[in-house]
Amino acid sequence: MKKLPKVPVVIVGMGWAGGIIASELTKAGVEVVGLERGKDRQTKDYMMGHDELRYQHRAELMQDLSKETITHRNNEKMKALPMRSYGTFIVGDGVGGAGSHWNGQTYRFLPYDFEIKSLTEKKYGKNKIKPEYLLQDWGLTYDEMEPYYDTFEKMAGISGETVELYGKRSNPYPTGPMLKTPVLEEFEEATKNLGYSPYMIPSANLSEAYENPDGIKRSACQYCAYCENFGCEYGAKSDPVVTVIPVAKQTGNLDLRTHSNVIRVLNDGKKATGVVYADTITGEEFEQPADIVVLTSYVFNNVRLLLNSKIGTPYNPKTGKGTIGKNYAYQVSAGESTLFFDDKEYNLYGGAGALGIEIPDYTGDNFDHKDLNFLHGAGIRTTQYGDRPIANNPIPSGTPSWGADFKKQSIKYANSTFKVKSQGASLPHKDNYLDLDPTYKDEYGMPLLRMTYDYTEQDKELVKYMSKITKKIAEEIGADHIETQEEQAPFNVNKDTNTHNTGGVIMGADPETSAVNTYLQMWDADNVFVIGASAFPHNSCFNPTGTLGALSYRASEGILKYIDKPGSLV
Amino acid sequence: MADKRKDTNEVVDSTKRRFIKNSGLTVGGLVLGGALGGLVSVNTGSKTNSEEVTGTPKADSNPNAALMFFTPDQHQITEAAAERIYPEDDLGPGAKDLDVAIYIDHQLASPWGGNDKAYMSGPFHKPEPTQGPQIKVLRKNLFLLGIKGLNDYSNKHYDSEFIELEGDDQDDILKEFESGKVNLHPGVTSDHFFTMLRTLTIEGAYADPMYGGNKDMQGWKMRKFPGSYMSLTEEIQKDSFVELEPQSLKDHMGH
Repeated sequence: MKKLPKVPVVIVGMGWAGGIIASELTKAGVEVVGLERGKDRQTKDYMMGHDELRYQHRAELMQDLSKETITHRNNEKMKALPMRSYGTFIVGDGVGGAGSHWNGQTYRFLPYDFEIKSLTEKKYGKNKIKPEYLLQDWGLTYDEMEPYYDTFEKMAGISGETVELYGKRSNPYPTGPMLKTPVLEEFEEATKNLGYSPYMIPSANLSEAYENPDGIKRSACQYCAYCENFGCEYGAKSDPVVTVIPVAKQTGNLDLRTHSNVIRVLNDGKKATGVVYADTITGEEFEQPADIVVLTSYVFNNVRLLLNSKIGTPYNPKTGKGTIGKNYAYQVSAGESTLFFDDKEYNLYGGAGALGIEIPDYTGDNFDHKDLNFLHGAGIRTTQYGDRPIANNPIPSGTPSWGADFKKQSIKYANSTFKVKSQGASLPHKDNYLDLDPTYKDEYGMPLLRMTYDYTEQDKELVKYMSKITKKIAEEIGADHIETQEEQAPFNVNKDTNTHNTGGVIMGADPETSAVNTYLQMWDADNVFVIGASAFPHNSCFNPTGTLGALSYRASEGILKYIDKPGSLV
Repeated sequence: MADKRKDTNEVVDSTKRRFIKNSGLTVGGLVLGGALGGLVSVNTGSKTNSEEVTGTPKADSNPNAALMFFTPDQHQITEAAAERIYPEDDLGPGAKDLDVAIYIDHQLASPWGGNDKAYMSGPFHKPEPTQGPQIKVLRKNLFLLGIKGLNDYSNKHYDSEFIELEGDDQDDILKEFESGKVNLHPGVTSDHFFTMLRTLTIEGAYADPMYGGNKDMQGWKMRKFPGSYMSLTEEIQKDSFVELEPQSLKDHMGH
């Protein structure tokens, strides 16, 4: 294996986290190597981007599952089997990572999230949190996070409006909210009638032209309907490729190597010494020594690389000891109500990934949980992403899924259906975790990540409750026919559609219960930083990227401190 | 950008048959054209598209409408089965006239048909319902097993080729296949094939026409989907429905 010259910092994965770290470090004069397993990307690649089949259904921008996937089982009694083709999680690949194919909904988590254990116990007593739910505080408060959120939002140009019920903001959103369409106005009117406080979803699809503090100028969203699963041909959707990565490149301090798949982190048991990566075109392997190793791949590979490299202690669900793989969490998306209109057509073929309206009233602890058998909550919302025709064939229940009736009904309602949706928090449970699969391997012979996960009682109760709210709002809007999904079915790796995976390398104030400190520096190897939604001790009801971005800025501050003065930062 | 947006198109649509008027494909309610129509008519050698057809069936000049994977027999069974999934009706053409079977042919011939980006390492265990399919058979082979299965079943139970059956009988067979009751091969049940047939049919009706289906964008026209527009900022704000002439990706070539 060819050993390359040692570098100060090596970054593994060039999505949002890797891009932000690269940008902040290179601006400070630090030379970094960025390793990305996929290809390079640019805006003009997407002139043929409005291709639903290629980008959405053939997963053009996603990880090639023939090389690597995850295995899943709902519980320890089952044998975990590989996700052989895309059903649920769509894992990004290439420069920009998931930051290229995301929808762009960019929230902050709530003050409640960061101190969830303390605040819940303070308000509802010590017994409110059942012992099997591993809720813990994040080790820092919302007020400490606020400046990093502000920095991320300014860099990305997030469009939105201030919400009274959420954490205090030092500044308004850098750009105003997205346009309101008739369906969003219907949601707005109905929720106001019911006494709620609707607001436009904060969006990384720019509502107006914007120049960020790095001098990057971008144009406004055209509502063309191709965000989720797609790259933006305008650069209107904030993406590392049009924000932080060009800034890092311009410094001359970023050595970005694409088609470079990191297989393991080299270490002496106390510190990392570098990484081994393979050129994905030739298969040749390289050793890249480094003073600091920064893992910024997706949740799954952050966890898998640590386990395969034997860094940190794997979580053991029987004893509760160990931290790597602990507190894996997802979200619950059941509970929605669908409105069918017989005589109204909306221009639903247009839209944007973060075009939507939501009420804050049932998020976090913004409503009383004293008599409820679940904690946290959900964002209740109507969105208008653009109803592409392969993916959207709404039919009232009871309609066959093929044949004459299917065709008739799916065409009848193609422009005459929208939803009041619920995106709920999923709280960590002792039996939900990530570890290495004993059987299945990747193309390099390394074990795949095994996910043991199912929705918990808490999740199911939350969905039941939220389904009543979505139904109430749908009825207030009024439609010819309303259907409500009242129950959360078991987790299905082939069907559920959400890529908001969190946990596995969680942050905290205590090395016994967390893997990284609040700078995302590993307790067990102080020159390893593990950045991403893998650091979330639980998943909130909001989309994760805003918090992931804020944490990346905090981590970059930590890494710069560490370069000045090595050792534990806390 | 090649926006074909015209003020005249900005109308609140109340006619479900609008696409037919627009496409000019009917004479006395009979829908003409389609792959077979193209095969039997004379190739005029001139440039044709749906807007120019005025009542006389013209040759299908699209060189893409040919088989790269199926045998002619396999194509016919696929065409007949897909038509039952997405039939012709008063709204417009079905799978057959949308060239869905051509689309399916091209997909199965593509790397996707050979499971190029699917995880194919063993062992292949029987999954729980929550775990997603665990099938070792490649998509292209599963599909061939499926259409052979349809024809075998038809011959066995109806003493007829599948393509010769009445629609109702074809539907009954497809329902049997959907339920997974038919074994296509040791360890391969018919539901996996049926799911693929259904998905591919929907895709073939609505994917960009460059893939071989959605002939003349008629799949999009039926549901008033505009295909690929570079900006829809104005339209999404309108209270009334704005019907746009669809554009395919070809309209963006050369920009």
